[in-house]
Amino acid sequence: MRDRTLWTWHILAGVVILVFLGLHMTIMHLNGTFPTFNNPFGGEAESWQNVAARMKSFFFAVTYVVMLGAALYHGLYGLRNILLELNPGHGLRRTINVALSVLGLALFAFGAWVAVSAPGVASRMGG
Amino acid sequence: MADTSLKQVLFRLRRYEPGKDREPRWEEYRIDALPGMTVLDGLWKVKELFAPTLAWRSSCRMGICGSCGMLINGRPRLACNTQISELQSDVVAVGPLPNFDIIKDLVPDLHSMFEAHRELMPHLLREDLKEQDDPTGEYWQTPHELEQYLQFSYCIKCGCCMAACPTVATDPHYAGPMPLGQAHRYDSDTRDGGFAKRREVLSGGSGPWRCHFAGECSQVCPKGVDPAKAIQLMKQDLVFDLLRLRARKPAAKVAAKPSGKKREDIPAPPARTVKAAG
Repeated sequence: MRDRTLWTWHILAGVVILVFLGLHMTIMHLNGTFPTFNNPFGGEAESWQNVAARMKSFFFAVTYVVMLGAALYHGLYGLRNILLELNPGHGLRRTINVALSVLGLALFAFGAWVAVSAPGVASRMGG
Repeated sequence: MADTSLKQVLFRLRRYEPGKDREPRWEEYRIDALPGMTVLDGLWKVKELFAPTLAWRSSCRMGICGSCGMLINGRPRLACNTQISELQSDVVAVGPLPNFDIIKDLVPDLHSMFEAHRELMPHLLREDLKEQDDPTGEYWQTPHELEQYLQFSYCIKCGCCMAACPTVATDPHYAGPMPLGQAHRYDSDTRDGGFAKRREVLSGGSGPWRCHFAGECSQVCPKGVDPAKAIQLMKQDLVFDLLRLRARKPAAKVAAKPSGKKREDIPAPPARTVKAAG
């Protein structure tokens, strides 16, 4: 893929992270702001009931997956840029691209599976 | 009354002749400097008095031609545009511009920079070749449209920005601030229609994507051009183009000649000095 496309995705992922980190900060640290939305059982946002309620929410599952994808892409693209600045040869450059893509996809698949299977886990654990 | 007092200055010059010298070395020469004397004047004095084989590149002596870019006291500058007094030091250390191969002594090999420059087609690209060969008038452009690229057109290709750029220092694939700045200069010219052609080169690894926005290129530019800004604007243009958010306008047309009665008091233009093509 051409550098222009990769860089554009990098910027868009940055915007997604900015929005979703704002959401994360609101949920975790301003838990009195939207209590019925992210904190239905009241009290601390980190309490088991509230965590389990968020795990069972379709909205939060989607945000976890989107945030995970954006953060992984943004971070791994930055790492790729740092590695390419070491001026590797053509073969090594290709290896770096493939290795980071595989690593990113593997981490995304694992993280997405966790987010998707979370409602079932929460139900089994009595959440 | 003008200050005409002499001041002793030590010139430390980096000498190197590839193929003859194993590695660069520093040579020192003490000269008398008058107020108002430039580093280029000092080099001429050193050459006349001590080192006749000293090599550098210079031409206009007035900051126009861009030939005499050198590393002067650790900063890329034009030797003709830098007075010894403004360095505020009794030592003037002069070396060739970094990030380039050395041809001899203070002469950098600017070939790589001009290759990247040429690749980005730094000229008006238009479909109307006949009009360009045999112009019938001026291309339409408003003063506001001119302002969009005017400062970038002041670039004299001296290479100081390339010498200061940390990305050029580490990434041989990166085109560098001068070629990229000049590509943006033409991309933002409403008379140009070559954005799509330049985009093919700029979208790849030699494009603006490796720029860290260190801003050193703009800091050292002796003409006050801001290549770092050009590169950021270029990124914006290219990304907006990818997202189909960039307005696509055809290149400016030839402005219509004024109609109406000709004023008698305006003298006739001189005869053409260039024959029409064909």
